[in-house]
Amino acid sequence: MISQVVSAIGVVVVGVFCCALYYWLSEKLLQLVFPVGQGVAQGVSVNLRRRAAIRPWLFLGPAILLVAVYLVYPVIATFILSFYDRAGVNYVGLSNYRWAVADDQFRQSIFNNILWLAVVPAACTFFGLVIAVLTDRIWWGNFAKTLIFMPMAISFVGASVIWKFVYEYRSGNETQIGLLNAIVTALGADPQVWISLPFWNNFFLMAILIWIQTGFAMVILSAALRGIPEETIEAAVIDGANGWQIFWKIMVPQIWGTIAVVWTTITILVLKVFDIVLTMTNGQWNTMVLANLMFDWMFRGGGDSGRSAVIALVIMAAVTPIMIWNIRQAQRDTGGY
Amino acid sequence: MASIATLRRIGLPRLIVHVSVLFVCILWLVPTLGILVTSLRDPAQITSSGWWTAFSGASQTAAVRLGDPASARQEGANYVITGSVFDAPQAATATGGEPGATGNGTVRSFGTKVTAPAEFAAGATADLGTGETLVVNEDGSYRLSRTGPFDNGRGRRLYLTVSTPPSFTMGNYENVLTAQGIGQSFVNSLTVAIPSTIIPVLIAAFAAYALAWMNFSGKSLLIALVVGLMVVPLQMSLIPVLRMYNGIGSTFGIPARSYAGVWLFHTAFGMPLAIYLLRNYIAGLPKEIIESARVDGATDFEIFLKIVLPLSFPALASFAIFQFLWTWNDLLVAMVFLGTGSDQLVLTGALNALLGSRGGKWEILTASAFITIIVPIIVFFALQRYLVRGLLAGSVKGG
Repeated sequence: MISQVVSAIGVVVVGVFCCALYYWLSEKLLQLVFPVGQGVAQGVSVNLRRRAAIRPWLFLGPAILLVAVYLVYPVIATFILSFYDRAGVNYVGLSNYRWAVADDQFRQSIFNNILWLAVVPAACTFFGLVIAVLTDRIWWGNFAKTLIFMPMAISFVGASVIWKFVYEYRSGNETQIGLLNAIVTALGADPQVWISLPFWNNFFLMAILIWIQTGFAMVILSAALRGIPEETIEAAVIDGANGWQIFWKIMVPQIWGTIAVVWTTITILVLKVFDIVLTMTNGQWNTMVLANLMFDWMFRGGGDSGRSAVIALVIMAAVTPIMIWNIRQAQRDTGGY
Repeated sequence: MASIATLRRIGLPRLIVHVSVLFVCILWLVPTLGILVTSLRDPAQITSSGWWTAFSGASQTAAVRLGDPASARQEGANYVITGSVFDAPQAATATGGEPGATGNGTVRSFGTKVTAPAEFAAGATADLGTGETLVVNEDGSYRLSRTGPFDNGRGRRLYLTVSTPPSFTMGNYENVLTAQGIGQSFVNSLTVAIPSTIIPVLIAAFAAYALAWMNFSGKSLLIALVVGLMVVPLQMSLIPVLRMYNGIGSTFGIPARSYAGVWLFHTAFGMPLAIYLLRNYIAGLPKEIIESARVDGATDFEIFLKIVLPLSFPALASFAIFQFLWTWNDLLVAMVFLGTGSDQLVLTGALNALLGSRGGKWEILTASAFITIIVPIIVFFALQRYLVRGLLAGSVKGG
């Protein structure tokens, strides 16, 4: 076991060395092919210009190669595979798409994903904003923020175990060791099997992601709130605005851009949600979402790459508007380039 | 009066702020605290009481059968049976659920009727009628005596309320680290995460420098591409890359699922965010430093290595933390590209497998979960500053 870690560290050392060697060698090669030193009779400036033209591509080379192989090519390949049969050999036209439209489980997943999209980004942003405002006003606010931010470091699988324990149900008159059922029985109601309650179980899964992501929203929004010019709030106070009005009419409008960023970031995360559903229910009791259905079809009965590809494309299609918005935003920020 | 004065000074709205933030903090902390406490408890106590009672000890009801009438001794006119309830066998009861009294608990109360299982306090003499008396002491020793010989065929059934002191153990951790394979998985997770964190930093830094400080055509297109690719869902790449790996595996006769495949996948998927974060940071470095170095005749390679890389340490650290948390916490990539054999599972995968195979064994699940989350939490608390900085700089990406 120790040798495995040593070999992993070895890979790091060798990998870093190889990368450094690549950049160093490419620079040397460039100097060799386009010399500018003494003894070069002609074309010094030409060679300098050629070096400057080629060098960026040497610097970018490994990154472009990786991104091309692992991100750009797969997007195209997935698109093509969606028109092929389960083994990816025979062209089947739109039949995978027709299957998707008619499939009950696919529809269920779309419905659940819409439910997640409607609840989680809104809840995280709302709680994040409220907590950011509250913690900025108390002396132990930073400590509170750290606690609320902490779940961000916990894996979705770890968080699922944590919450599965909260939702734990024990039958009959056994002692309830799950916190939620203990509270419910203490209040005199019957304990419930929360994760198999039809429809509502989706919300118990969403609670996990909200628990993880509220801290993210809080940190970003808190920074944005601190960036609000003091004068605007002072002016509002002088004009006699109360706290509620200052919050909604002065502060929130000034951080709309940040709210949008938080909202879209969590939206993308929600579209890809996989681990939580896999570990909590594995899509049973009508909790299936697109990412899990896609994974399911990748391996179900030996795998069906066509259907799986269609589901992946649906996720991609849902992300695309945000992608375009992000690119526009980034281009505006960097002044057009 | 002092408290009211303080209250007036703080102000009621201010107090509401304090209380509500405190409430949210407790709400956020309690679930994690639950698995931490549970992972340290004795397995028998975990199922008999909620973890929030761990520090006050557990109280359980037990049903035992006292000694056989054949074991009675005669003391004068009385027939006496003595022994300890903790050695007595478990009795089948009408409600079925009660276990036998085991361990080193303290008897709080006892009773002989299921309708009144705690009728008598420990140490008290219970008159059971027909000349029979019973004393059960706190330490579990009992004395059942009767003025004549015992006429029933079996030992008497006794109900007990036993309280056990809080008992904490590291045994659950020893168990999962060795017997449940979590130790191996921990090593596997390290094997995945370390190279997947460090190698992309270097590759991305070179690319970011080119995008920030070199002039070439197509630069704006590349930057737009980087921003766009940041949100490409992982799911898009799974099928083609798996087919590619399978193809390479069968062509060259090597296993299709390997650490190398996972490293490259993580490196590639970290690339857009890394380039974006680092480019923004490197582009913001003072122009004078880089231009004066150029005037002095330094090549771009030298400028990058000697000036840009040391100055961008905060941004490099930010990205490295992100990438480490992401690769350590990842389940999907490891499941697809690393295989699901018990010696190949990373921590998240092992935890997922345990949820399936050890569903109700909370001592195993909670200890495993805590081992899974402890490394990222340490990283989080140690390097929170860099994490926040990275978040603020690169909040376009969705995780």
